[in-house]
Amino acid sequence: MNVLVYLIPVSLILGGIGLAAFFWAIRGSQFEDPDGDSHRILTDDYDNKPKR
Amino acid sequence: MSGASQMSACPACVAAPAAEAIAARNVKDASIMLSLPGIHCAACISAVERALNAEPGVTAARVNLTLKRASIKAEPEVTPARLINLLARVGYEAHELDAGMLGSTETDRRGRALLTRLAVAGFAMMNVMLLSVAVWSGATEATRDLFHWISAAIALPTIAFSAQPFFTSAWGALRVRRLNMDVPISLAIILAAGMSVYETMQSGEHAYFDAALSLTFFLLAGRYLDHRTRSIARSAAEELTALEVPRALRASGETVAVAELAVGDLVRVLPGARVPVDGVVLDGESEIDRSLLTGESLPVAARASTAVSAGEVNLTGALVVRVSAAGKDTSLHRMADLVAMAETSRNRYTSLADKAARIYAPVVHLLAFAAFGGWLWASGDVRLALNIAVAVLIITCPCALGLAVPAVTTAASGRLFRAGMLIKSATALERLAEVDTVVFDKTGTLTRGRPELTNLADFSDEDLSVAAAIAAGSAHPLAQSLVEAIRAAAIEPVGLSDLREVPGHGVEGRWQGMAVRLGRAEWLGAQAVSTTATYLKIGDREPLAFRFADSLREGAAEVVAALHKQRKDVVLLSGDAPEAVADIARRVGIEAWEAQMLPADKAARIAVLAKAGRRVLMVGDGLNDTAALASAHVSISPASALEAARVVSDIVLLGSSLAPIAEAIAVAKSATLRIKENFAIAALYNLIAIPVALAGFATPLAAALAMSGSSISVSLNALRLTRR
Repeated sequence: MNVLVYLIPVSLILGGIGLAAFFWAIRGSQFEDPDGDSHRILTDDYDNKPKR
Repeated sequence: MSGASQMSACPACVAAPAAEAIAARNVKDASIMLSLPGIHCAACISAVERALNAEPGVTAARVNLTLKRASIKAEPEVTPARLINLLARVGYEAHELDAGMLGSTETDRRGRALLTRLAVAGFAMMNVMLLSVAVWSGATEATRDLFHWISAAIALPTIAFSAQPFFTSAWGALRVRRLNMDVPISLAIILAAGMSVYETMQSGEHAYFDAALSLTFFLLAGRYLDHRTRSIARSAAEELTALEVPRALRASGETVAVAELAVGDLVRVLPGARVPVDGVVLDGESEIDRSLLTGESLPVAARASTAVSAGEVNLTGALVVRVSAAGKDTSLHRMADLVAMAETSRNRYTSLADKAARIYAPVVHLLAFAAFGGWLWASGDVRLALNIAVAVLIITCPCALGLAVPAVTTAASGRLFRAGMLIKSATALERLAEVDTVVFDKTGTLTRGRPELTNLADFSDEDLSVAAAIAAGSAHPLAQSLVEAIRAAAIEPVGLSDLREVPGHGVEGRWQGMAVRLGRAEWLGAQAVSTTATYLKIGDREPLAFRFADSLREGAAEVVAALHKQRKDVVLLSGDAPEAVADIARRVGIEAWEAQMLPADKAARIAVLAKAGRRVLMVGDGLNDTAALASAHVSISPASALEAARVVSDIVLLGSSLAPIAEAIAVAKSATLRIKENFAIAALYNLIAIPVALAGFATPLAAALAMSGSSISVSLNALRLTRR
């Protein structure tokens, strides 16, 4: 049962990283346009830099 | 290289939205927001973005498909009207949105806060569930206690953070001595957590941390869905740019707020502008478009001593108007008062969810209290009695009820949004489902409110190209429509000289040494025809009459046919002249029509129908419809409608077609049916679970199964709506 001493913190930390990543994504407005994002992968236009 | 450039760009894009929102407020011209009802695919996105980005002066354009919007950053000289024209040429309908009000608004921030709470609750729920599974599958003694303590360490802070919306809402209700759905929810969450902490300290067998968390999670999910559907619709519908004039131009040339005007002041109304006040024309000659106020489809002549009302549009010449009523006394405001009165009567509608909550909350509290009392009396053990009471509260807790309505409305609004409709009111779908009578307005609703040339084939190409050239010199609706019709026939206009507009009469110019005039029959000395027409005279030749008819809006005839098929009564109420109304009624297939109705008449007519037990759906766009829209059981207005009309409507049609209305009623009906089914599913679960809990057999495992089972089946049932 001693393995639990490692496993429980490990599972919590991994989950916590996922949660932190989700917060980061919310702040970066990544959930503003889910429909558009799923369609954008089909276009060939590169828009990874501003026009000017 | 590209990786590096992305790296450097990223911190900026994280900070960009906030900066943009601030910029939008300070320099309003710098950012433009357009609503694009017609976009639906990847090709649409790139076509729109490519067209916008190719326009000089546009620095960035981005389409949001979820909201059907494009946000554009551009130099101040780029006007929204220009971009709307540009998109129209590529084949996309666009409307301007008020960019200053969008961005990171209040509702937007609330949505993000809810999503964050939901994510935290989900994270905690999964971890605690993991530990709980270990306990359920047989962990005992010290291991079980350790797991319970870890669960408590995760659950308590999560509940304190994530369940706040329920606590604040419940406290708000309790303070005014009322019960709402959030009272039993909060009580169940707090009691479950508190009881579990106590049990853990006593190294007891059952802890309900997972139940408290999944309760929070599922209910937050419902709350978030609800918020999302409503906020998207509300912001888009209310921020379609206002058409009302907040400013007026004094005769001295000074621009002032309308509120500063007093009776007797002189204001100048330029061609193409909206009249800001009620008044009498003192000087100038022009034509006035009254369609938004009265529903009349034809412009009327205005000269000295003609009375004008706020909201009318001045078409051809500049007018000087002496103010007879400004601000609160204008006919525009009196109409707004009618609307306010009608609105209060509609707010009394109780939604299905409220009805359910009203029965539900007291029943749950009574049951839990009875369980506590009964077991205390039977066993004399306070801890056991409390445990069972808490189990009853948790098991009956309205997970499914909390999801039953939002899951269905989200699915239904999503489907209607794709069909081009915005649902603004939470109860609109329920009310729409009850409709048995549909009332239409004519001008601007069933028709485009725009005349269309009917006898193009009667003229030679030469006449048409002269007509196109001279008509281009006027802002009059007939002239504009003439230009469009001739352009559509692919005829190039000739070159004209000395083009000038004669206010109240028409336009004149010179072509190959001949005088050319386009305008009223009297002015040209032509024989007037019986229909709406404008006349062209080239030199000494015989005058030509271009005849016009108001064109039907797309889908008008289809929607009337579909409504007849659904056995609804369809009525046409218009402020226009009887002949014009009769003609349109015949063309769309409506038998019951009334003409020359004043705004108050329309509202009164709807009140009569309501008194006769009819549930009326009003479809209208003008100021003269607003009172009727507000007093109807449910109302729809097109996106081209005046802001006042859109604000009082429950549903706004984004596209130009009327056809989605029939589908909306069908979807609303099945949505209401799904909501009722969902209540039935939730009730069925409770019917099984409550006796088990009352008998004291409920375990945390049973509670978890019942909760997830009912929530999932309710959501799946709602999802059936998205399919046809």
